[in-house]
Amino acid sequence: MTQDDTRRVLLSHGAGGKIMTELIESVFLANYGSQNVTGDDSAIVNIGLDKIAFTTDSFVVDPIFFPGGDIGRLAVCGAVNDLLTAAAKPLALSVSFIIEEGLDMKTLEAISESLREAANEAGVQIVTGDTKVVPRGSADKVFITTAGIGIVLKPDVSGSAAKQGDKVILTGSLGEHGAAVMLARANLLENESIKSDAAPLVDIVLGLIDAGCQVHAMRDPTRGGVASSLNEIARQSGVSIEIDETAIPVNPSVAAACEALGLDVMQVANEGKMIIIVSPDDADRALEIVQSRRYGKDAAIIGEVGPAPPSRVLVRTAFGTSRILDIPAGELLPRIC
Amino acid sequence: MKYSHEFRDWEIVQSIAERIRGISNRPATIMEVCGTHTMSAARFGLKSLFPDGVRLVAGPGCPVCVTAQQDIDAFLALGNIPGTALVSFGDMLRVPGSSASLEQQRAAGVDVRIVYSPLDAVDIAAREPEKQVVFFGVGFETTTPAIALAIKTAAERDLTNFSVYCVHKTMPAALRALLASGEVMVSGLLLPGHVTTIIGTRAYDFIAEEFHVPCAVTGFEPVDMMLGIESVLKQLADGDSKIDNMYARAVSSDANPLAKKLLDTIFEPCDAEWRGLGVIPASGVRIRSEYSLFDAAERFADIIKAVPVAPVSKCLCGDVLRGAIQPAQCPLFGVDCTTSNPIGPCMVSSEGACAAAYRYGGS
Repeated sequence: MTQDDTRRVLLSHGAGGKIMTELIESVFLANYGSQNVTGDDSAIVNIGLDKIAFTTDSFVVDPIFFPGGDIGRLAVCGAVNDLLTAAAKPLALSVSFIIEEGLDMKTLEAISESLREAANEAGVQIVTGDTKVVPRGSADKVFITTAGIGIVLKPDVSGSAAKQGDKVILTGSLGEHGAAVMLARANLLENESIKSDAAPLVDIVLGLIDAGCQVHAMRDPTRGGVASSLNEIARQSGVSIEIDETAIPVNPSVAAACEALGLDVMQVANEGKMIIIVSPDDADRALEIVQSRRYGKDAAIIGEVGPAPPSRVLVRTAFGTSRILDIPAGELLPRIC
Repeated sequence: MKYSHEFRDWEIVQSIAERIRGISNRPATIMEVCGTHTMSAARFGLKSLFPDGVRLVAGPGCPVCVTAQQDIDAFLALGNIPGTALVSFGDMLRVPGSSASLEQQRAAGVDVRIVYSPLDAVDIAAREPEKQVVFFGVGFETTTPAIALAIKTAAERDLTNFSVYCVHKTMPAALRALLASGEVMVSGLLLPGHVTTIIGTRAYDFIAEEFHVPCAVTGFEPVDMMLGIESVLKQLADGDSKIDNMYARAVSSDANPLAKKLLDTIFEPCDAEWRGLGVIPASGVRIRSEYSLFDAAERFADIIKAVPVAPVSKCLCGDVLRGAIQPAQCPLFGVDCTTSNPIGPCMVSSEGACAAAYRYGGS
């Protein structure tokens, strides 16, 4: 036992920021972390001569249906995009449900339909699953856990492989998922019609790999937003990353919502975006490929991997000034005024 | 985004920066009174656009930061009453009390709710009549009218289970105390734009008349901030001191009559304790006796009186709030006190000077 027995898990421990990293390191990795833990979104398992990417993700979104998607679509996209960050072609998923007693059967049917549609779109099969029902009040409607495997097409694509001079491609505009869910939860700005960006990015990533683009690192900026993802890559690779704020695509409604709620759009969650760190020689070609795909039309080169100081992410503002892009500490919270 | 893009225009900001450099090269310390100014200056990296010798110091305008430790402890103590729901704006959630934060209390089983509007707290009370719903009334004149409206609404709806723990502060009295203390040497003030939409620019006339300090009522976009700084530097160069309204699209010289009437109906002035500044006469508001049913300090007087005196913290937030030191001069800054493990409120609040300095770097 430690000296401090009043410690408890806080909501901030699940928010994708610094406090979550501390929890993972001090509790999970300290107890059962394998030697191969990398900090990437997918683990790589060697089976014979093949490298298999393996990932898992849980979904506890409230509300379960929101503009642009639902928990089912999220569950597929989350696992598929995590596999893609390892340059793996997603093959198969498992889907496990924890369902609260009394959930409307129609809701469950709608979620299942959505799982099927998203899996079809991503070209993966849902091959196994599990079902648990807990007493009313023990869960909030429905929680879903997906796990997925994929075959690695290009080895060594990892958050630790970014190199100085590499370009940073962002596949589209920021903050749509987080803003859509937050607004739906609070019944705010109903007329702004902000939709979640939840989408499987298979054709973007496989397109880059098929074309032989020298992709070094990828990360899907979900909880914690691009702020967390870029900081993770900078830390893992021991490099700095410099972002040009004016190059970052943000839809005006999302920008307005973030202003109104006092949030930094770079810390808001996305569910259908990828940060792609690519060799400078291939950057323009890669951008063209991304922009030619359905979910990559608004893609842009937003920055580059810089020289020292390592592990820092800097944002160049429109005014030629620069500031540090920090990881969110915990939950994103609306402000007083 | 309409009305935001225009005020973030690179060319306009640069042209103001150029004009500022032409005014004078005298050193000047300008206090940005409002926490949102602090965050805006840091977020847009404005400090690097000023001439050498012109620096900004944070003032007492971050509502979370100036809330006294004792008041935070008292609100937290109310969560221990069975059947109570503590309702707050998000900023307060992670502020450490003497023994725990609201976030930690929530994890320990206290019913804590975060709302966007005080009226949401009234709705909770109406929906859950078995609960005693207590709202943490924190903030300046910008926020107070919304709290007043919540109390008025609760009264109209005959709710008996809604109350406000009111630690609201008023800005002019704090500025008077700060300037009169002689402890903080500022050359000029950027006055808080949003507070002034409620109280009007005339509320600050005394600053120019009695203290001869140049002031600019300033908005929060980069162009606004630069215009505010230009005005203060120009006044300094001309030996002038007035209350220059650089946020005229939102602020007039008179108070907002609707808000003022509402505030006068629900609240009356009282002495208030500020973190770092101590008790300042008539710098807060309390709920009038006609509405005492909605005053958590009355309703739970026994519990609040029993809250132990808050121990003295090693944190220097108080000095930061007076503009006496920069965040990095606190020995805890960035070492023991970070945004993920904040010790003082200036590191927790999104508007806090320490959080701005830590998140965005620089000094």
